[in-house]
Amino acid sequence: MTTVTQAEPTMIESMPAQSRGARPVEPLIFEKSVPGQRGVDLPPLDVPKAELPADLIGAPVNLPSIGQHDLMAHYTHLSDRNFSVDGNFYPLGSCTMKHNPRINEWAASLPGFAQLHPLQDDDTIQGVLRLLYETRTFLQEIAGLHEVSLQPAAGAHGEYTALKCICAYFKDHGQAQRRLVFATDNAHGTNPASCTMCGADVVAVKSVDGWTDLDDLKRLIDERGAENVAAFMITNPNTAGLFDSNIARIADILHEAGAMLYMDGANMNAILGKTRPGDFGVDAMHYNTHKTFSTPHGCGGPGAGPIAVNEKLASYLPVPQVMMAADGSFHLDCDRPKSIGKVRGFIGQVGVLIRCWAYISACGGEGLRNVAEKSVLNANYLAARLRDVYEMPFFAPEKGRFCAHEFVTVPKSLLEKGVTLIDIAKRMIDYDVHPPTMHWPVHDCLMVEPTETESKRTLDRFVDVMLQIARQIESDPESLHEAPTESVIRRADEVAAARKPVLVWEE
Amino acid sequence: MDYTQITSDEQASMLGAIGVKDIGDLFEVIPEEIRFTDTLDLPPAMSELELQRALVEMAADNHGPHDMVCFMGAGAYDHFYPVLIDQLISRGEYLTAYTPYQAEASQGSLQAFFEFQTQMARLTGLDIANASVYDGASAVAEAAAMSLGASGKKRVLVASTLHTHYRRVLDTYLADQPAECVELDQIDGRISPETVRENLDEDTACVVIQSPNVWGLIEDWEGCFTAAHEQPKTCAVAVFNPIACGLLKKPGECGADIAIGEGQPLGIPMSLGGPHLGLFAARQQFIRKMPGRLIGRTVDAEGRPAYCLTLQTREQHIKGAKATSNICTNQGLMAMRATMFLTALGQAGMRELAELCYHKAHYLAGRIAELDGYSLKHDGPFFHEFAVQCPKPAGEIIAACKARGILPGVDCSSPRIGAIGEPNELLIAVTEKRTRHELDAFVEVLGEVSA
Ligand SMILES: Cc1ncc(COP(=O)(O)O)c(C=O)c1O
Repeated sequence: MTTVTQAEPTMIESMPAQSRGARPVEPLIFEKSVPGQRGVDLPPLDVPKAELPADLIGAPVNLPSIGQHDLMAHYTHLSDRNFSVDGNFYPLGSCTMKHNPRINEWAASLPGFAQLHPLQDDDTIQGVLRLLYETRTFLQEIAGLHEVSLQPAAGAHGEYTALKCICAYFKDHGQAQRRLVFATDNAHGTNPASCTMCGADVVAVKSVDGWTDLDDLKRLIDERGAENVAAFMITNPNTAGLFDSNIARIADILHEAGAMLYMDGANMNAILGKTRPGDFGVDAMHYNTHKTFSTPHGCGGPGAGPIAVNEKLASYLPVPQVMMAADGSFHLDCDRPKSIGKVRGFIGQVGVLIRCWAYISACGGEGLRNVAEKSVLNANYLAARLRDVYEMPFFAPEKGRFCAHEFVTVPKSLLEKGVTLIDIAKRMIDYDVHPPTMHWPVHDCLMVEPTETESKRTLDRFVDVMLQIARQIESDPESLHEAPTESVIRRADEVAAARKPVLVWEE
Repeated sequence: MDYTQITSDEQASMLGAIGVKDIGDLFEVIPEEIRFTDTLDLPPAMSELELQRALVEMAADNHGPHDMVCFMGAGAYDHFYPVLIDQLISRGEYLTAYTPYQAEASQGSLQAFFEFQTQMARLTGLDIANASVYDGASAVAEAAAMSLGASGKKRVLVASTLHTHYRRVLDTYLADQPAECVELDQIDGRISPETVRENLDEDTACVVIQSPNVWGLIEDWEGCFTAAHEQPKTCAVAVFNPIACGLLKKPGECGADIAIGEGQPLGIPMSLGGPHLGLFAARQQFIRKMPGRLIGRTVDAEGRPAYCLTLQTREQHIKGAKATSNICTNQGLMAMRATMFLTALGQAGMRELAELCYHKAHYLAGRIAELDGYSLKHDGPFFHEFAVQCPKPAGEIIAACKARGILPGVDCSSPRIGAIGEPNELLIAVTEKRTRHELDAFVEVLGEVSA
């Protein structure tokens, strides 16, 4: 008989994580494996067995065996260990962590979309082809550009695809020597990396207070030879959170040199319906649907990176292209002789594009303009409320210098009190706020992007959190080195992780 | 609805805090000449109810595996997956999180991706894996780029039996690199180790062979990779199907150095071709050359296990033009689906699943081969997909079957699949979802169509 007084060895220490709540450690799924358990069953074989030559058969795959209930518990527990847009303020600059409407998720999961095979005949998939064609036209209109390709899988993939089109255009026009691509010194890392993949050499152009230095741009064009320049990659609004007022002038400079202007559209959220890249001289650009058009980031993807190009570049877009015929029917066109070819399997991130269509359709033209206005309002409001404590190199409302949808702070006076930028960021986690983007576009900065879907209450709470952290830095800077103290783990040792990388679990 | 939440009263007080009167003041920075003063020419905003209606209508305008019997494959497969995946993946904590840059706020996704990497290593029989690339096609291009970079060599030998989309994407990516792509001829639908040997030289960076290949045939990876390794620095690149790994020899068992594949069969809906999942595994020696995100296990300040992004110095945000790849956003949530799928099936389930596919495909192939006028195109061993020579053009068979609610396969001469075969050839895939009744009914229809 067991009595309560008996000192039994307990599993509480070895298996502390049996329900939701405070859990210091969640064992790996491999550590939970119990041979003989199954998460899901399969129907019995209903045909005669075929011969199965022994020399083809491999060793069993060493996968964990878990019953369905414990499987659900595992992934539910893991989900408790994540910050998310649903659960937290997530002002990650340049990433546009706006609300992800659930109607979009529902739409993409409809069997009439989700179950389609990518090689079906066009006449069986008219509904989804219509949706894709409409998405194309929406994105053309928003960009003010001639033609959109929906194929790229993400922003970086869009950069690569559009640069390929630009290079193909020059090759086709007897200017294959144009292999230089300029990019601002504060460009996102994918810009130069995409250039390299296209075989282009990258030349960095100086930026001053976030804006492109026109003199430096002109000087570099002269120095490297206008005839060698393929394109200039610019992000506008730029990575300092500012709209570059010189943009039309920049376009002229590039066009005078016979080169093209490429726009990284990561920050489109701030200008939707307020100005259009095609109208200020952009020749090609990419969108990130997972930023601007509310498709979820899913712990890192999938996104989509449709590109919009002008008439000159249209015939070089990748295949297939979704088209509407004169009779109003839709088809996929593989026959584009000048196309750069294929950049991915099949057609594109269709499931993501369905969400994008649903979002744009929910907003309409006026809604999209309101999105831009509210995203800019929210960012300027936060900047205005925080600037006395968190210095902002590019924000000076009294001089008429506002930010776009995000702002950059370099909190120098706080950093001089014996804390690091990481300390500040990690302390934000203790207040349930996801830290902003760090150290980019300048060192020791936080790039804060609240997005238009946040309420004033959330913004005000964030201000309180940031001021509270500043007060802690005044009174007890040491304590910030300990942050985070309230999260599921304390600070992770990233240096050790890189020094002796462990990428897979060995039992 | 545009999902904003600021009311007009709140806007007024916020503008006051900023020190401006009008929202337009914040946009003064956009020069007047380039301001867009119209309203975008888009359809009027729809309420959620209207959206639901419109979407249901558009979805109803599609017919496919949800209301027909599907035998189409060629790189996207109609597999079963448990409902629990959709349920778990809908959790906002997964759906609406970003790339796990901040380890302490992202332990959930980091641990799940670490488990995914481990499962991928085990599935392929290799040492390490990344947290995904875009799809199978871009995985092939990334693998070739990694081999070229790691070996300093210039030639890529590619099986002519590689999926044509993968081949075309590879061509796109290699077009701007100082590299040459050489195609290995097929004999009866497969690559012989002798052909590898004949084309191999000391400048060969890698040999890329897919198995099951574009025809569904199982290649002689062991023979071909042994031949490839006769050049000491040449990489053996296996393009694999993750379901086949449940039964057949894995890339690592056959001597592969890099294994890449399309992860869609692992619990990911076909969705007309995307989003899918690029799988990428390799031997330990490539750890600093890998493209994409890598998750490492470490400890926190109190010594507890913790997970974080690691070896980021390979990546574009640190290395810019010298990065191993330009990839940033990957296919995170699809990797999450795949890891949940593999966990749900487990070791025994994966074996069972692969066997169901194998035996059902062989049953159907046997029955079709008995039909008058039909024959299998190849003699070699296959997994769950095979090419059939038909007595009529595949297009006619597809049209006739469509009327009977069947998607009989892929027309091998279609430009959509790069015209790999003749107009009378049909590529047929069979998954565990097909019942004997469906297989028999399909055979009957094929018999009638040819009569
Ligand atoms: C300015 C900018 N450019 C490009 C990218 C790359 O886009 P993606 O992650 O979709 O490939 C990002 C994403 O973080 C970005 O912020």
